[in-house]
Amino acid sequence: MNRLLMRLALLFVSLACLAVPARAALDPALIAGFAGDFGSRVAAIEALGVDGSADARRVLSALEAGNLGVVSERVVITDGDEVMDAASGDKLEMAVTEVDTITLNNRLRRSIATANAAFALFSASPAERLAAATTMRENATETMTPALERALAAEQDEAIRTVLEYALAKINLGSSDTAKRLKAAEALGGSSDPAVKNMLSALLEKTGEGKNAMWVESSAEVRAAAEASIRAIERRISIAQTAGTMFSGLSLGSILLLAALGLAITYGVMGVINMAHGELLMIGAYATFLVQSVFRSHLPAYLDWYVIAAIPVAFFTAALVGVVMERLVLRHLYGRPLESLLATWGLSLILIQAARVTFGPQNLELANPSWMSGGIELAAGVVLPWNRIVIVGFAAFVLVLIWLMMQKTRLGMFVRAVTQNRPMAGCVGVPTARVDTMAFAIGSGVAGLGGLALSQIANVGPAMGQGYIVDAFMVVVLGGVGQLAGAVWAALGLGIFAKFLEGWAGAVIAKILVLVFIIIFIQKRPQGIFAVKGRFADS
Amino acid sequence: MQTRRSFIKALALSASIAAIGAPIGAHAADTIKVGILHSLSGTMAISETALKNVALMTIEEINAKGGVMGKKLEPVVVDPASSESLFAERARQLISQDKVAVVFGCWTSASRKAVNPVFKETNNLLFYPVQYEGEELEKNVFYTGAAPNQQAIPALEYLLSEEGGSAKRFVLLGTDYVYPRTTNKILRAFLKTKGITDADIMEDYTPFGHSDYQTIIANIKKFASEGKKTAVVSTINGDSNVPFYKELGNAGLKATDVPVVAFSVGEEELRGVDTKPLVGHLAAWNYFMTIKNPENDAFIAKYKAWAKKNGVPNADSVVTNDPMEATYVGIHMWKQAVEKAKTTDTDKVIAAIGGQTFKSPSGFTLTMDKTNHHLHKPVFIGEVRADGQFDVVWKTKGPVRAQPWSPFIAGNEAKQGL
Repeated sequence: MNRLLMRLALLFVSLACLAVPARAALDPALIAGFAGDFGSRVAAIEALGVDGSADARRVLSALEAGNLGVVSERVVITDGDEVMDAASGDKLEMAVTEVDTITLNNRLRRSIATANAAFALFSASPAERLAAATTMRENATETMTPALERALAAEQDEAIRTVLEYALAKINLGSSDTAKRLKAAEALGGSSDPAVKNMLSALLEKTGEGKNAMWVESSAEVRAAAEASIRAIERRISIAQTAGTMFSGLSLGSILLLAALGLAITYGVMGVINMAHGELLMIGAYATFLVQSVFRSHLPAYLDWYVIAAIPVAFFTAALVGVVMERLVLRHLYGRPLESLLATWGLSLILIQAARVTFGPQNLELANPSWMSGGIELAAGVVLPWNRIVIVGFAAFVLVLIWLMMQKTRLGMFVRAVTQNRPMAGCVGVPTARVDTMAFAIGSGVAGLGGLALSQIANVGPAMGQGYIVDAFMVVVLGGVGQLAGAVWAALGLGIFAKFLEGWAGAVIAKILVLVFIIIFIQKRPQGIFAVKGRFADS
Repeated sequence: MQTRRSFIKALALSASIAAIGAPIGAHAADTIKVGILHSLSGTMAISETALKNVALMTIEEINAKGGVMGKKLEPVVVDPASSESLFAERARQLISQDKVAVVFGCWTSASRKAVNPVFKETNNLLFYPVQYEGEELEKNVFYTGAAPNQQAIPALEYLLSEEGGSAKRFVLLGTDYVYPRTTNKILRAFLKTKGITDADIMEDYTPFGHSDYQTIIANIKKFASEGKKTAVVSTINGDSNVPFYKELGNAGLKATDVPVVAFSVGEEELRGVDTKPLVGHLAAWNYFMTIKNPENDAFIAKYKAWAKKNGVPNADSVVTNDPMEATYVGIHMWKQAVEKAKTTDTDKVIAAIGGQTFKSPSGFTLTMDKTNHHLHKPVFIGEVRADGQFDVVWKTKGPVRAQPWSPFIAGNEAKQGL
């Protein structure tokens, strides 16, 4: 009885809002396609999307969950141990094992997304409606026109209407009514989607040969509108793409900076050629991994914030390793760059092997927190990923911190004094040995922070540091040894330069060209972008 | 602990034998030595360590069942450290110093090409377990991985089909070395036979270990938005795949819009990636861990138990993958051939191995081809799931015979046999 009432109610609802033909349950013919071949399954999904009734949604969500199947030409839904007829919802007497479940692949998933969007066009939440309209704009086919027109008629929100109009315009470009096509061609000028541009330029082509050539679009008026729209779209695309490349360069630059900033202190300021710098990055990344593991097992509710908690951990772990390295090895080798180069190279091998023995040779899995996943879409095709935006900000934050430390604290003053003139600093009472240790610890800690940042975009494995050591030295040497500001300019400059080159020549050639550029630059200007000025420049 | 101690003892023993330079002598009479040549350090350690493990497991399994011809197998493990010159050196050491009867090893095509002359010169045997670009057929090498027509070509056929999304434009993306370049040459020729023009193919390469895929992803997006349905074919090798897939996920390039099919990404490689944004991307292999059949269940259970017993790091989350299955099959094929030939003599084993069959974890009975040193293998296309495993969405009806000399490269018609 209840079910009958429900169906009656459903009937009225569908009559009232959707004006679909009256029926008691889902028309079995609508979903019969699921029992057929691949093409008929796609058609069935689209038909369900246009239908839009609650029963259609039920069938579709069963398909999405992997619960829709076929038993001898009959489409059924499984739910635990129960099997129901998909159209009527009646329970069937058969075992779940008899059901041949429909497996999803990308093509089917795309159709489902479009069908779901067709449902969501009538959702109560404007955000959901907007998302649905956007999906429709990308994927809608002609079969979806009725659903789109119904939605447009009911839609009040201006922003959603615009998107819906685009979606319809895309379909209407092929309409036989000239006025409709003209309106569509004009409306599409507001888009910044290259796909729309292609649709429009297809109108400006001719078919046939010689005298028989015919414009694809017969009306000159529509063609003019299409041309104007294409120009508008092209302008928007080129601006968005340049902005996208600039951002990629900025992002690469910020990563180079984070990798090189610690080195700018230990090599640039203290003069230690630290070949184990890359491994300090690795230690920072592994510390981040450990923090993530602790959060996973003990604080799963706060897992999204493990990156924040990892900041001090990564810093102090790497700093601690730095202190041990300095105390045990490097302090005996100050002023002997070749020996310290060899010794730190040995240390780097020891650290890599230690990580390999402790954590295994496999790369570790570090997930981006949800607030660092995805990106903001600047324009169609240009997305700025959140993790990169956050890292650019993080690099700026670390830079400011280091600058404040070097310029505004007593320790920073000591470090500067010792690096400028060690005996004199010692004479006036600066504990030079302790300052060395502290400076090395800070440089190492900053490398740890670099590792934390890298863990969010690159591989975390025992040998990850090896990939960055050359880049880091490149930045420091290019920027000018002894200069933090130089490192900043060199990192950003190299990043943006490399990205523009890459877009033009490809990744392999770009890498070679960057190296060639640096060799030439260093030949012409061995002191780097910024030279140390004054009495100590030559010492 | 016991095993580790005995391992150290064995190590000390073999070291002292080597140091004295004494002949293996009586020791050799009751065992057959087999070499395992996989990188356990360096960039390829990620992939090859698991192959060393599965080889040791298989040898243990064979020994537990009585060995080969009543003799136990004695594995000799060396580490060529991802360096091509060391591969050649270690291979020579295995053959002339340790006197192994056969070697199971190599991953990259570069390492295989480095050891080929050694095996030819010493007339020893190499079983190579990884999919590769073809264009090679050595008398002393058996290829238990896929040739291009057993992986790459079926994958493209799938993408071109309605089921695979009827792709009309292709991005061929790879690491810059011999395998991707040759594969893409074959694929480009294949696509042309399907009516795809050069304008609809974009080819791009990155250096080994490349980690910044922003520009390439932006280019793919641009290429994909110029009309027609686009698919990406990735021959990116090694750990560059992690940043590539991360960038892909963050740039919002979904599998439903632009599917990426990869030839070097399996269960093991995805362990280092958060796979949630990658659901629906594809991989083509001859085996997936998710394949359901009794042989595979037993294979996975055996490997998990072995990993736990031998203290493999993260032993509770170990996975099996295609090259591991190929290693497992390769060792068994060799054992069967030795038993048929009743000797480990290279030429007699080569003569005996053609036509050998083995019921593999892929659920099919694989046959070693009588002439071309490759296995007849089934092809599966899998879609990445949220847990890093693959759902098989398409497969061939049965095993496919390998074509090491691709018909899509000019001049190959004449070279079919050895």
